[in-house]
Amino acid sequence: MVAQLGTAEDNVEAAGMEPVRGRSLWSDARQRFFANKAATGGLVVLVLVVLFALFGQTVAQWSNEEIDWSLLGNIPQAGGPSIANGHYFGVDETGRDLYARVVQGSRISLMVGIVGALISVVVGTLWGAVAGYVGGKTDTVMMRIVDLMMSIPYMFVLILLLVVFERSLVMLFIGIGLISWLDMARIVRGQTLSLKNKEFVEAAIATGVRTPTIIFRHIVPNLLGVVIVYATLLVPSMIIFESFISFLGLGVQEPSTSWGALINMGASNLRNETPWMLGFPLAVFVISLFAFFFVGDGLRDALDPKDR
Amino acid sequence: MYSFIARRIAIAIPTILLLIVFSFLLMEAAPGSPFATERGVPPEVLANLEKKYGLDRPLIERMGIYVWNVVTQFDFGPSFKFKDRTVNDLIAQGFPVTLTYGIWSFVVAVAVGGTLGVLAAIYHNSWLDYLAVGISIGAQVLPNFVMAPILVLIFTLWLGWLPGGGWRGGQWEYLILPVIALSTSYMASIARITRSSMLEVLNAGFIRTARAKGLPMRRVILRHAMKPALLPVISYLGPAFVGMITGSVLIDVFFSTGGIGQFFVNSALSRDYSVIMGITILIGTLTVTFNLVVDILYAWIDPKIRY
Repeated sequence: MVAQLGTAEDNVEAAGMEPVRGRSLWSDARQRFFANKAATGGLVVLVLVVLFALFGQTVAQWSNEEIDWSLLGNIPQAGGPSIANGHYFGVDETGRDLYARVVQGSRISLMVGIVGALISVVVGTLWGAVAGYVGGKTDTVMMRIVDLMMSIPYMFVLILLLVVFERSLVMLFIGIGLISWLDMARIVRGQTLSLKNKEFVEAAIATGVRTPTIIFRHIVPNLLGVVIVYATLLVPSMIIFESFISFLGLGVQEPSTSWGALINMGASNLRNETPWMLGFPLAVFVISLFAFFFVGDGLRDALDPKDR
Repeated sequence: MYSFIARRIAIAIPTILLLIVFSFLLMEAAPGSPFATERGVPPEVLANLEKKYGLDRPLIERMGIYVWNVVTQFDFGPSFKFKDRTVNDLIAQGFPVTLTYGIWSFVVAVAVGGTLGVLAAIYHNSWLDYLAVGISIGAQVLPNFVMAPILVLIFTLWLGWLPGGGWRGGQWEYLILPVIALSTSYMASIARITRSSMLEVLNAGFIRTARAKGLPMRRVILRHAMKPALLPVISYLGPAFVGMITGSVLIDVFFSTGGIGQFFVNSALSRDYSVIMGITILIGTLTVTFNLVVDILYAWIDPKIRY
């Protein structure tokens, strides 16, 4: 008789070969992502922006509340960006350090984007997965609600909300939370519909797994790729959304600020020969959004290769 | 087909009614009174004011009256801040302005975006294609509130070619900057969508057949490729419309056009409830109606859609 058969690994080792390691879906995706130069560059920029928002204040020489009285009155002449007086980005219209203000605004804007994306991930995924999996009347009703909410111009309704319940960051988050999950719910429902007839779900049903468990343990984990991609793409659109409201002066309130509020401040001072007030917030805004879109596109190509 | 239209209308009407009721209740829940001033109003005067504006009646009755007036007569009631004017006056004054450059923006976005997308797909991988792709990527990060100040900086302050605000009855030079600022990002999206769907269609079998039987390229594109390629664009028109009508608020404010958005933001800042409600309902109705039209159009053009 032949000697005992070894495992596959033993055989490979006996033949003097390196064992072939299995590649998971995620490591494949990682490879595809990092092969994409734009996406990798976007990720690097994004990390820098986040670091800037978190730790930018430590290299600032002024806080975001201090008013530089020495410049007040001749901001157009002396308020420009300069290393010498510590205002790297110049000062804003009231003599506050623009660098510190941009750091402060970046925190708020990034937070708005991330909170919006998180809400959409939690609510949108559950809503879509339940509607898609349960199907029937439940599905019709749930998706009608989404349709209904999507067909109203939510910006107006959100402004209405902000007017009625006093403008505050919390109210802004609630407003953004109300609308951010709608698209996600639709996308997730579509994916769920195609997942629910797969064999592993059938197997789960056959072995008597309860419906909620199937949704949470079998459907939702398989949606992760799509959800991550759309959540990443949602962050910049939420930031644009908030900036729009803040640009109108209806969003975050002084002394708090955001990219939109800063761009508005710069834009309303256009005629005062103070181009830095528009330039720096605008540059940070545009660069960050570019980075978000590139990373999002890269993730889509990496995680969702069929959709091009 | 008719049952589909009927069903779509049956959804649209409750949506509008719900919007009216929702904004009414929201305003009811608002703390503070539109008549509150710093010195305070004597109670007798307040009572008279409330009587004049009908605020002393029970909630349900007021809601009924409001909804009835809006639905049957498009009457949004008086403005609380502009004492001698009704919401309808303000809308009548501001809406034509917004509508004028809004329509232009929509036309520009669709015409330029669509043409760019089609050309980019036909001349795939040429400089024109790269230009179109470059524009559509770049414009993603140039929403209207970024475009507007940049345009004013360049064309008004540096070059001095165009006015940076105002309206003057809609003379063309006052239209250009608002239209560009409002339409750019949608133009880019339309270009991107058209390009990718046109590319897909051009690779389809029936196009190869058309070319194989010797049809000239122009005819292949205009007769065979165009219609299926434009379908995704039509479904994007709804969101684009909503986006533009929202963006018009900002354009009105930034360019001081005197459009409806200026009234909206001013009344949002001064808590002039009836104006905010009126404008929200007007815009909501417009949006729902437009989406309805797009849906019906889409179902009519694309026989694959299920009713």
